[in-house]
Amino acid sequence: MKLLDRLLHRQEPPSGEIARERLRLVLAHDRANISPGLLEVLKDEIIAVISRHVPIDPDGVQVTYTEGPRVNRLVADIPLRTERRARR
Amino acid sequence: MSARVVTITSGKGGVGKTTITANLGVALAMRGQRVVTIDADIGLRNLDVMLGLENRIVYDLVDVVEGRCRLRQALVRDKRLQELYLLPAAQTRDKSALRAEDMVRVCNELRESFDFLLVDSPAGIEQGFRNAVAPADEVLIVTNPEVAAVRDADRVIGLIEAEGKGPARLIINRLKPELVRRGDMLDTEAVLELLAIDLIGIIPEDETVIVAANTGRPVAFTDNSPAGRAFHQIARRLMGEEVPFAPLKEPGFLERLFRWMRFEGEEQQ
Ligand SMILES: Nc1ncnc2c1ncn2[C@@H]1O[C@H](COP(=O)(O)OP(=O)(O)OP(=O)(O)O)[C@@H](O)[C@H]1O
Ligand SMILES: [Mg+2]
Repeated sequence: MKLLDRLLHRQEPPSGEIARERLRLVLAHDRANISPGLLEVLKDEIIAVISRHVPIDPDGVQVTYTEGPRVNRLVADIPLRTERRARR
Repeated sequence: MSARVVTITSGKGGVGKTTITANLGVALAMRGQRVVTIDADIGLRNLDVMLGLENRIVYDLVDVVEGRCRLRQALVRDKRLQELYLLPAAQTRDKSALRAEDMVRVCNELRESFDFLLVDSPAGIEQGFRNAVAPADEVLIVTNPEVAAVRDADRVIGLIEAEGKGPARLIINRLKPELVRRGDMLDTEAVLELLAIDLIGIIPEDETVIVAANTGRPVAFTDNSPAGRAFHQIARRLMGEEVPFAPLKEPGFLERLFRWMRFEGEEQQ
């Protein structure tokens, strides 16, 4: 069974790798003093503001914080609801 | 002649600060250095028992600061070595009995007669931590290869930098090469990359450290244990020597054979 999982890449990454990824995120948030909770708040407010002007898909909105080599960024990914408009 | 003040701190508790302070004290003293280990963990003193000197304490750091004795009277000499001393913490007081200025003054008074003053910091980032860092010329940060310990180390690294005491150097304690090899423990490279800090030593998980804590004879007294050797390497690096970082010990042929057989067994189930 294990072998099959491995062949199909279904296996979880080793826990050391998971630790590293979790730390990468936690340290980034700690250093910038931007908590995941704050990102949620920002997301809700962005959805409210944007959808007043443009139809968007609120469930698809993602606000993330990333550490770069030179600048750290807040990235908001906001999918528009173009499909529905085209159908109208 | 003026001593270097090296503070050993961590953020997270229980990662090995006191063990490391005691062992570096022993290793440095064995190498001819005149050393005072200072227990700055007021109210939770442990350095005395790690060094096996708990029965010889008369005065403590707070007695010195509050003028009940002279500094020299509070120093406990370790008779097993030429020049190793302990300045014990007070056990029945709390961290507010000491201010940062007191630590600086005490260390300055000791500087002229010794080569190294090793300060064992309490866990946390409050007054006790600030007291321990105040006199430091150099700060060593201890972490374990675990998420919570690395996260707290990162916080402390930031604070040390803000205090103008950086750059600190990192000690990774309780590393298990076996777990790293099978991917179930953060490896040294990952920790260094995440924390963006220089390494001064890696100490493996080693049962002899626990035996040593039971008996009050730090493992650094001999270099026939993996942890003992690691402490001596760190001591040499503190003394300015270039000591290469040895790669992790790989498991031997038999060990690998057993593992292979175990793996085969699982497949057949
Ligand atoms: N390399 C090691 N291998 C095995 N056990 C270890 C190792 N390092 C430390 N320990 C054990 O871990 C425990 C905690 O160590 P220690 O008291 O030195 O931590 P600490 O950081 O000073 O704790 P505190 O924050 O409470 O002051 C002790 O029981 C010690 O024996
Ligand atoms: Mg301690």
